[in-house]
Amino acid sequence: MNWIQVGNLQDIPRQGSRVVKTAAGEIALFRSVDDQVFALNNRCPHKGGQLSQGIVHGTRVTCPMHNWVIDLESGEAIAPDKGCAHRHEVRVAHGVLFLEVRTEV
Amino acid sequence: MNKQKQRLVVIGNGMAGIRTLEELLKMSPDEFEITVFGAELQPNYNRILLSPVLSGEMKFQDTVLNDWSWYQENNITLHVGKTVNKIDRFRCQVETEDGMVVPYDRLLIATGSNPIMLPIPGMNLPGVLAYRSIDDVEKMLAAARTGKRAVVIGGGLLGLEAANGLSLQGMEVSVVHLCDWPMERQLDKVGGGLLKEALEKRGLKFYLSRQTEAILGDDKVSGLRFADGEEIEADLLVMAAGIRPNIALAKSAGIHCERGIVVSDTMQTFDPKIYSVGECVQHRGQTYGLVAPLFEQAKVAANHLARYGRMRYEGSSVSTKLKVTGIDLFSAGDFNPGPGDEELLLQDSARGVYKKLVLRDNKLRGAVLYGETMDGPWYFQLMRDGTDITEMREHILFGQMHLGDSGRGGVSSVANMPDTAEICGCNGVCKGTIVSAIIDKKLFTLEEVRAHTKASASCGSCTGLVEAILANTLGGDYSAKSSKKAICACTESAHQDMPQAIRDLGVKNIPDLMRALQWKTPDGCHVCRPALNYYLMTAWPGEYQDDSRSRFINERVHANIQKDGTYSVIPRIWGGVTSPAELRAIAEIAERHEVPTVHITGGQRIGLYGITKENLPKMWGELVEAGFVSGHAYGKSLRTVKTCVGSEWCRFGTQDSTGLGIKVEKLTWGSWTPHKFKIAVSGCPRNCAEATIKDFGIVCVDSGYEIHVGGNGGIKVRVTDFLCKVETEEQVMEYCGAFMQLYREQAHYLDRTAHWIERVGLAYVKQYIVDDAAGRVELYARFLESQRYSQDDPWKERAEGKDAHEFAALAVIE
Repeated sequence: MNWIQVGNLQDIPRQGSRVVKTAAGEIALFRSVDDQVFALNNRCPHKGGQLSQGIVHGTRVTCPMHNWVIDLESGEAIAPDKGCAHRHEVRVAHGVLFLEVRTEV
Repeated sequence: MNKQKQRLVVIGNGMAGIRTLEELLKMSPDEFEITVFGAELQPNYNRILLSPVLSGEMKFQDTVLNDWSWYQENNITLHVGKTVNKIDRFRCQVETEDGMVVPYDRLLIATGSNPIMLPIPGMNLPGVLAYRSIDDVEKMLAAARTGKRAVVIGGGLLGLEAANGLSLQGMEVSVVHLCDWPMERQLDKVGGGLLKEALEKRGLKFYLSRQTEAILGDDKVSGLRFADGEEIEADLLVMAAGIRPNIALAKSAGIHCERGIVVSDTMQTFDPKIYSVGECVQHRGQTYGLVAPLFEQAKVAANHLARYGRMRYEGSSVSTKLKVTGIDLFSAGDFNPGPGDEELLLQDSARGVYKKLVLRDNKLRGAVLYGETMDGPWYFQLMRDGTDITEMREHILFGQMHLGDSGRGGVSSVANMPDTAEICGCNGVCKGTIVSAIIDKKLFTLEEVRAHTKASASCGSCTGLVEAILANTLGGDYSAKSSKKAICACTESAHQDMPQAIRDLGVKNIPDLMRALQWKTPDGCHVCRPALNYYLMTAWPGEYQDDSRSRFINERVHANIQKDGTYSVIPRIWGGVTSPAELRAIAEIAERHEVPTVHITGGQRIGLYGITKENLPKMWGELVEAGFVSGHAYGKSLRTVKTCVGSEWCRFGTQDSTGLGIKVEKLTWGSWTPHKFKIAVSGCPRNCAEATIKDFGIVCVDSGYEIHVGGNGGIKVRVTDFLCKVETEEQVMEYCGAFMQLYREQAHYLDRTAHWIERVGLAYVKQYIVDDAAGRVELYARFLESQRYSQDDPWKERAEGKDAHEFAALAVIE
């Protein structure tokens, strides 16, 4: 477990997402309209769609593949769909983004 | 809790009252301290499903909509078995029979209706029941265990369902009815006759045009006597002669009542602190006994209680379906033709099919369907949309399927489908799954079925079938979406409100528009944002700043996302004409980038598949270098102009279809439309370019050019409608631009031209494009004006560095 600097808040557009590639797979960082930042696996629990490519609204993202809606805070799919795109810890300090990367998957 | 909450008292624990609370809690969970009074001893249950409980197809538990814990979880104080007998409007409090007093700030009266008990001698004998509550059903079931013969007075919807249920419980059932045929309020004479025959085959006996003089029996019911003296025996007698709004309490409080409690469009009674919803209400002279209108009322009442103050109830049109398993009938609107109305009839006695449509001024006013009801929701929609049906008149009776539908195997009645029949081909959902979700999860609307089963949630071609299954499962209590439907759950605003609202408000960006229209979410969702982006762009061409965050990924990055997260790249091939140099350039680029699949598309172009996102700008740069522009194969925009070789080569060709196709593509490329838009030009009526299944199709003939509109291939093949014939290429261009502009300005976002034309009718489009020459010129001018801002190649811009963040990873961690 360690915090890694991955970029600046302004690198992610509001209501947008950027991807961090890791050895264990891609992690999508999201920035909501009110500048909260979240990190999830870049895989929809449904069929593996890239969540980073979805439309971000409120604290949710809609997967571009089949419109599953995922809660950014928990990574859980919004009911009645079920599934989780596991979340990662992310912090913003003075506009700099730090991502906690687990050494094991 | 510091702030003193407002107190809301609800009289009535039925479907309308509780639905209002559900809507209210969704909008404003902490607004009120809520108290509910219910006369019955049960929690809120689904009264619609009493018939299946009576027939033994369901248990009572399955009909409970909100169990006791729901009231607790929402901090609602519930008093069951308590009757409110006084509303003191001066002190703002209600009083119960046993002396309980509860004050209110707002009161909601949802007392429903009472069964009409005809004043016949013997009415009060044991064994005479109404058919209204679960209590009645339990008594009927008990009677069915011991008695043999049942008589139902009333051959309406409710009476027939009761009769059918009792018959399934093993009783011999007779139906007594005043009119010449059953369900005369929903069926005409022929339809009613067919229904009677079908029910007779199931063992029901009918006494029609008969008046009951007395109910016989000493200590309990034993039979009845008609006015003509004939007597029949009965161990059980059910009164199902109709319902009457329950207004006694309201009336005694001095609230203005006529047949029902009179309410305004905001569901307020004469006393503005007191609202009313449900069967007890009279709105614009109408009372309603079906669930769909009650739910619409509930939504409006909740909106005002929550102090949004935005919605109005403007009345409902209702359709009816009988919930007797295996009998398919549907009726809607005014099906008894008046003076000046026309009737379209289809009767096939051998198949037991009868259809009647009533028209006025080429618009559908009413429908009766018997035996084949699949198209009921479609007719209902045409009715409410006021679609001009002139162009489909010839085959409208044969149903929507006849207008083109594939993949349904000719099945025309959902009632006859086996549970294993696949309804939604995209998501593999069978009929049985949908039916059990509707029952188990208590679903009422198409949206709910979509959320729970995914049926009709992808391409939408099975929407009609899913609606038919809903109608079939819920009976009269399902009503198709009202023609004015909110864009999504974020708002009450509908698609058709947008262009006007944007112009009136003068707003030029999404956040301002959402604020002005009181969006319920901070920044919308994946459904409304792309729609608003579209409407704003259409309203302010050249001025509106496109919001890429409100674009679906394909339009945001100008390439189509594939299932593995890679993209496709499809350059524009003008009119489908290419050259060795172009082909060589594509080949080299494909080779250099090791493109896994090179595919010839259906639109006469070449698709390169399996391109990673990072690689897109580079590949585009190379294509731009070789003279290509984006093919917009990913956009709600002009896709291709398909052509044949025409008079240049073909011995049958009448005009230069290839040359015209290229001109049309140069005119229209880069344009954004509500959905994708395809054009084709065929050089002769042999139509090798398949122009008659395109949004805009040109068929060259010796004397000029035929223009066809509103076709599409795909999920639901629709052949174009013939719009008109013109003489010159210049005219073709003008009509094409004007048609695209009309579609762009007037269709809802995500309507294909086919949907749009089916809704408004071809006559409407002709009026703008063909009949009004000056209007057409203006439309064309507006089209050209917007094109000035949209013919920049998005690939070139991105190859040069625009939106670079879209294509690169933020960081790579080894």
